[in-house]
Amino acid sequence: MKIGVVVSEGPYTHQAADTAYHFVKAALDGGHEVPRVFFYHDGVNVSSRLTIPPQDERHIQNNWTNLAKEHEIDLVVCIAAAQRRGLLDENEANRQGKDANNIADGFRISGLGQLIEMGIQTDRLVTFGD
Amino acid sequence: MSEIKKFLYVNRKAPYGTIYALESLEVVLIGAAFEQDVSLAFLDDGVFQLTKGQNTDGIGIKNFSPTFRALGDFEVTKLFVEKESLEERGLTADDLQEIVYEDEDDDWEEKPSIKLVSRAEMADVMADQDVVLSF
Repeated sequence: MKIGVVVSEGPYTHQAADTAYHFVKAALDGGHEVPRVFFYHDGVNVSSRLTIPPQDERHIQNNWTNLAKEHEIDLVVCIAAAQRRGLLDENEANRQGKDANNIADGFRISGLGQLIEMGIQTDRLVTFGD
Repeated sequence: MSEIKKFLYVNRKAPYGTIYALESLEVVLIGAAFEQDVSLAFLDDGVFQLTKGQNTDGIGIKNFSPTFRALGDFEVTKLFVEKESLEERGLTADDLQEIVYEDEDDDWEEKPSIKLVSRAEMADVMADQDVVLSF
């Protein structure tokens, strides 16, 4: 089965990004496909490569980056939600005249159309949020 | 991408206090371009999103409630509001904005977009969907 996943709460404050991660791993292990994960609301904060949790804690952003690399998952961060919350890739930082960018490897910034498209193209859409 | 699916956006939160309501509406507006079969559900505190006379001057946050009246232009014409959620909050249909659409199959007659449904009927609406996005 093709499963699309939405993460809609921020890392560490909320368990959604962790539960989604474990769900995606289990789904892949179970032989399902997870072509895309869409990060919305505070979920966009998962994509910051400046994330530095204490060393004895899980690294949520690295977990996703590694999982995406291993299984070719398209990690999409909503551009509107990201810009509100200060998350920019290199292109957007240049375009907006900002002096830095912070999107981690494996994530890409795109529009809400990617969320709708995921709903159309997958058999199930599973949301992790509040 | 020619397949048409039934999308339901479930709005459960008050319009202000958190960003869920506003960012839900942003998905609905973008999603309208994909020509899917779209419905919106309003339940729990989500029914406050449709109340008329909203004034946000005191909190310095944009009042986005007029946007709901434009949904008809995006062919978003099914707004299901749960009766029990209204009643539990001391609201009636008269407290909600008038939201209409022009029915192209009926000589562009203006018709109400808001449909009051019971909790049981809302369950049927949800069971009938292909994709449910909850906000």
